[in-house]
Amino acid sequence: MNRTSGRDDWPEHHEAALVLADGAVFRGTGIGAAADTWGEVVFNTSMTGYQEMLTDPSYAGQILVLTYPLIGNYGIDPPIDESRQVQVRGLVVRAECDTPSHPRGGMRLHDYLAAADIPGIAGVDTRAITRRIRHDGVMLGVIVPIQDVEAAQQRLAELPAYDSQDFISVGVEQPYRWSDGRPQPIANPSPEPGPHIVVLDEGLKYNILRHLHTRGCQVTAMPPSSSADDILAVKPHGVLLSPGPGDPQLRDLQVAAAKALIGKLPVMGICMGHQVLGRAFGADTFKLKFGHRGGNHPVLETATGRVAITAQNHGYAVDPDALAADVDVTHINLHDSTVEGLAHRAEPVFSIQYHAEASPGPLDNGHLFDRFLNLIADTSPHGSARGRVR
Amino acid sequence: MTDQQPESVLIIGSGPIVIGQAAEFDYAGTQACKAMTEEGVRSILVNSNPATIMTDEGVADQVYIEPLTVPVLRRIIERERPEGLLPTLGGQVGLNLAVDLHEAGILDQFGVRLMGTPIDSIRRAEDRALFRDAMREIGEPTPPSAVVHSLDEARQALEAIGLPVAIRPAYTLGGTGGGFVRTIDEFERVVQTGLDASPITQILIERSLLGWKEVEYEVMRDAADTCITICNMENLDPMGVHTGDSIVVAPSQTLSDNDYHMLRSASLNIIRSLGIEGGCNVQLALAPRQDVTSWPAESMPPAGGVPDPHDADLPYYVIEVNPRVSRSSALASKATGYPIARVAAKIAAGKRLDEIPNQVTGRTQAAFEPALDYCVVKIPRWPFDKFEAGDRVLGTQMKATGEVMAIDRTFEAALQKAIRSLEVGGKSMLWEDTDAESDATLAAETPTDVRLWHLFSAVRSGTPLHEIAQRTGVDPWFLDRIETMISMERRLLAEPLTPALMRAAKRLGFADEQIANLAGSVDERVREQRLAWGIKPVYKMVDTCAAEFDAVTPYFYSTYEEENEAEPEAGNRALVVGSGPIRIGQGIEFDYASVKAAQALRAAGWGAVMANSNPETVSTDFDTSDRLYFEPLDEEAVRDILQNEDGSLNGDHNGGEVASILQFGGQTAINLAGPLTTAARPILGSSADVIDLAEDRRRFERFLADLGIPQPPGTAVQSVDEAVLAADAIGYPVLVRPSYVLGGRAMEIVQAVGDLARYVTQAQAAAPGRPILIDKYLAGVEVEVDAICGGPGDQAVLIPGIMEHIERAGVHSGDSMAVYPAPNLLPGEIEKLIQYTREIGLGLGVAGLMNIQYVIMRETEGRDGDVYVLEVNPRASRTVPFLSKVTGVPMVELAVRAMLGESLAEQGYPSGLWPSTPLVAVKAPVFSMSKLSGVDTHLGPEMKSTGEVMGVDVDYDRALNKALLAAGMAVPPSGRALLSIADQDKPAAMSLIRELGEAGYGLYATIGTANLIRGLGFDVEEAPKREVGGDPDVIDLIRSGQIDMVINTPEQISSNIRDGFHIRRAAAEQRIPCFTSIDTAHHAVAAMLEGGADYNIAPLPDYKAGLV
Repeated sequence: MNRTSGRDDWPEHHEAALVLADGAVFRGTGIGAAADTWGEVVFNTSMTGYQEMLTDPSYAGQILVLTYPLIGNYGIDPPIDESRQVQVRGLVVRAECDTPSHPRGGMRLHDYLAAADIPGIAGVDTRAITRRIRHDGVMLGVIVPIQDVEAAQQRLAELPAYDSQDFISVGVEQPYRWSDGRPQPIANPSPEPGPHIVVLDEGLKYNILRHLHTRGCQVTAMPPSSSADDILAVKPHGVLLSPGPGDPQLRDLQVAAAKALIGKLPVMGICMGHQVLGRAFGADTFKLKFGHRGGNHPVLETATGRVAITAQNHGYAVDPDALAADVDVTHINLHDSTVEGLAHRAEPVFSIQYHAEASPGPLDNGHLFDRFLNLIADTSPHGSARGRVR
Repeated sequence: MTDQQPESVLIIGSGPIVIGQAAEFDYAGTQACKAMTEEGVRSILVNSNPATIMTDEGVADQVYIEPLTVPVLRRIIERERPEGLLPTLGGQVGLNLAVDLHEAGILDQFGVRLMGTPIDSIRRAEDRALFRDAMREIGEPTPPSAVVHSLDEARQALEAIGLPVAIRPAYTLGGTGGGFVRTIDEFERVVQTGLDASPITQILIERSLLGWKEVEYEVMRDAADTCITICNMENLDPMGVHTGDSIVVAPSQTLSDNDYHMLRSASLNIIRSLGIEGGCNVQLALAPRQDVTSWPAESMPPAGGVPDPHDADLPYYVIEVNPRVSRSSALASKATGYPIARVAAKIAAGKRLDEIPNQVTGRTQAAFEPALDYCVVKIPRWPFDKFEAGDRVLGTQMKATGEVMAIDRTFEAALQKAIRSLEVGGKSMLWEDTDAESDATLAAETPTDVRLWHLFSAVRSGTPLHEIAQRTGVDPWFLDRIETMISMERRLLAEPLTPALMRAAKRLGFADEQIANLAGSVDERVREQRLAWGIKPVYKMVDTCAAEFDAVTPYFYSTYEEENEAEPEAGNRALVVGSGPIRIGQGIEFDYASVKAAQALRAAGWGAVMANSNPETVSTDFDTSDRLYFEPLDEEAVRDILQNEDGSLNGDHNGGEVASILQFGGQTAINLAGPLTTAARPILGSSADVIDLAEDRRRFERFLADLGIPQPPGTAVQSVDEAVLAADAIGYPVLVRPSYVLGGRAMEIVQAVGDLARYVTQAQAAAPGRPILIDKYLAGVEVEVDAICGGPGDQAVLIPGIMEHIERAGVHSGDSMAVYPAPNLLPGEIEKLIQYTREIGLGLGVAGLMNIQYVIMRETEGRDGDVYVLEVNPRASRTVPFLSKVTGVPMVELAVRAMLGESLAEQGYPSGLWPSTPLVAVKAPVFSMSKLSGVDTHLGPEMKSTGEVMGVDVDYDRALNKALLAAGMAVPPSGRALLSIADQDKPAAMSLIRELGEAGYGLYATIGTANLIRGLGFDVEEAPKREVGGDPDVIDLIRSGQIDMVINTPEQISSNIRDGFHIRRAAAEQRIPCFTSIDTAHHAVAAMLEGGADYNIAPLPDYKAGLV
């Protein structure tokens, strides 16, 4: 199921091709690991943030096409990784820069990918690929050396659909806490005061933990299989359901946990966490034709009429038809009117489809973490006289 | 519609094109008018510049072509009673006027509401001190600085800040009067010029950030507080060079996601805190790589307030904010496809961003941030090809007249396309500056118009990139890209040309011509080979969304990739070739004509395809044509476009033939007539042969002789001896010029044999073996005629109007004041002009527009003079917009329809001279001399003006006075005049002196002129020339502000030109009227004295209809 192993007969700048499930072939030059790969081919329109995207666990199982053509310009700066490893299955770019220039990014993209054993392809017409996906929807694809194109077309027919794959293993196996800018074993004493937040790690980005930590929270990340009882056992003041890859229809366990948590303590959901909450509120989810991936998606906050520019990375959305009557759709995507935010009228529970943590993307939405903490302040001993932000 | 929306709104244009304020505001104003129409708001437009689309019929609801002054605007407001005023779309001129009107209480008096950005926001953004306080309040770092109002205050402030510093005057265009200074002497001088340049005598002195990265964000905000950024841009030139003079790339290339969003958030904080509603431009300085440029540690701002590891981010400073639509926003609009001016206008009318549709996709809203999937490069176009004596060093004062933009999928290819678009005499990337220092890196340390080429040379010479980066402050990323290009250059020199190598070179943006040069081939052969190998460009769409949504805008750029998005279309179509960057001699007039041509094609049911490389213009608005190609305007690019349009590039011939229209894009387009004809590409309108016949001196001489039409006698010579013989035969004065340049370049009027010998010697040294043309100089009345010829089979030649120049022949027609209708011509002379124009048009076989310059020599006043032809241009001239507006004849439309085969009679127009309208209009040139140090301002055969204004009224004196007022050249009703008249002009100056003396002007003069004035019986104060010493001397006198007007004509003997030069420069820097032609001065004074000050104010159609 995984990538085939590296091949010795592959030179650094070998000819390679991206072959799509519909038969289209895009020829270019291999970059990164000398290996071939397969996955669901998706595109992201952000003009910066390739390192953050490469390490975003929500890209597990996917080959990422970057629509901005010049990638690698400012190199790689390991401390800004968003998870413990490169998460994409493959990378597709128009031009890879092998002479990066930045005060902090000395490492080349090519070397970074090679060290992570992730292949990529450069020199291809990424706009043509994007137009194809926009028109026909996301589809599977493979990156192979040029001589294997025919075999790849055969292989594509046999690969399992993305939607059927379980990505639960992308989340952590053991709980950890976030401190000093990195994950720490849970056994260490945790001196931090402030509210204790459990983040259910279904494939989170570290910047969520950074945001909470910067706001004075104790942060514990727990495995995605944790039950509501497991979570309540560590006595959190609030729970954040994290983003993660794959089809939310496969997340019954997390939906059950969410249902059990609602009413007991404040809950915030982001991306997959939002979809899980949506299901917990009775709604269904569905697959978007080509998803939302980029840093420029406008989201209307219905209560204020204000539009937020948001970072997005999701292939599924919540269908609001069957939502419980006491749940409001608070945010709407201006492009396609899909649901971007939910909130319970009575309980301190809300969610957003987009990425308040940014990284990559606009920093406009960090206030949503404040909103979450205000809900906690309202309902816990850490609370003050501050009113609920609704 | 919201309750905020007014019924009518006044829009102030930006006036004439000057350095720092070019065609971008015609684009912005036109967009604003369209937006108002869409919103159902009545628009009233005022602009003094006739060469604009915004002042055309059908753009605004009411058009005033009147001077942009407070008294004039007051009268317009009184008359029109607009409910609102849009202050932020007319550049700095429009913004300053809005502030002045507010401060004069005029807006309150007439109940006019400022729309969009409130006046307090404008003040806080524009006033240096208020801006710094506002930034301090929100914690955005600004460089250590002080705001001062005098030299003494400046000296005190410097003690705390320390050299080097940057000096920025408040409320000026293009940084006028400011600069970077490193020494105390420079400091004193620039402080003084900065204080003088600022209308409120206020300057900012701030810590210099030389070498820091300069980054700009274009930001929008609506009344609901939704804030978005449209585009960010990174300057290749580090801080220290005005952004208008910098090479700019969009989006930023060397900023990480953290950097990008840190600066984006800062920009949003700023627009919010200032309370701007509409568009705004934020300039920031970001710390560069420490290994290439050291950061002054003591000037570090505090770290930003974002979560770790972001808090370890690079330091930055906020430099400046423009609370209005700007040159950068025009660039950002074209770079992204997002129409900033239009959206800003709608926000001002009360719309929210999510209520404004995104025209590009047709289905999303304006509330989003464009995603680019290409790289954009802008390069400024400087006037130093015209002003060789000008100071080419770039600093905080902008010097470029225009700019080019190019789009491609790599930086290398976009940069090379931009270089091709500049049209600077064969300077491809391969050009080497032979005058430069032998150490190219040393040359590249100084920012100049040719620094880019010095960087290429430095990389080529093998200097380590790290060292070049350290010494120039250019980020190594850009130098690495240059090295990539140079590696390809070496491969092309060394390796056989294979399909793989050719394709790689094309993907890096190498033109066929460069490949031919390097690979030892010729352009045509490379093209044939390339197409035979299937290496051809595809065209991709600029869609604001990186292909995420289906887009409907037909806005394309070429690249060498796989998928072509610009498929051939059915139906009749024609390509209008635009005029490229704004430069002296080829200004906005040609963009006007190109836009009108596209409109005329569409009105005739044809598809209009536009090609241009200038991001400032209306022609590159995707609304103007059915298809826009943003491309260099050279043979390769235009042939590729034509072949893509007819399908032959992709082996598909279903598209049908697409012809080119070349006569509207100035010399840029007309120069393509030969190459396209050779390539068997059809041309609509006058053929390449007609153009050649008019431009080839020998052929043209024979042609005129056959018609029996006289021309000033002249000949071509190859040596000093030949020249002297020829001049003796013709008789002095003679007009000399090289044969290989057009448009008055390097032309001189020579009075005597000594100057002739000097000129010929110099010209031969500059271009050995090229002939020099010598013509009799006829100092008669110069007359200009535009005409429309019906083309083959049509015997009609329509002359919309005849314009008479105020200055006698010898002043370039582009710098002359032109009057319509010609006031002083005799009926017999007019008959002759009509007859000659008709014979020339029909004889040449012109189809469409032509322009003829004549000179009339009268032996006796009052009797018909002889009419000589000076020059014929079978193309649209710069007077087309002026003449179209004052006569009401839609000249471009008639020309286009004629080209398409409709005779003038079929169009309902007669042959002959169109009856004149009951108005008098004067076109006056406008110069940017205060911004170009080292350039002599005197009028001569070389064109120097950057723009033009129009004064229109019911009689000559009023129209002239208004034109002068609009040009900043109006004679004050009283005051002190300084005269320094050359000997050859003294006889002609006598009546002028009498008029000034009798009107009670205080007269000052240099010694010879003072003697003349005394001789005429008037008091005069003698001002010593600088060369003889004297304290104060004549220059001090001007600089002290005691003089209100200067009349100085240059000595024809070049050795004596220097003192006059300093007088003229001092006047330019003091911004007082300076007349260098007795003719102009005489008319200007007469107009003032004879009731010109009592001018009318009315909409243009009222003058035309005789209702004033």
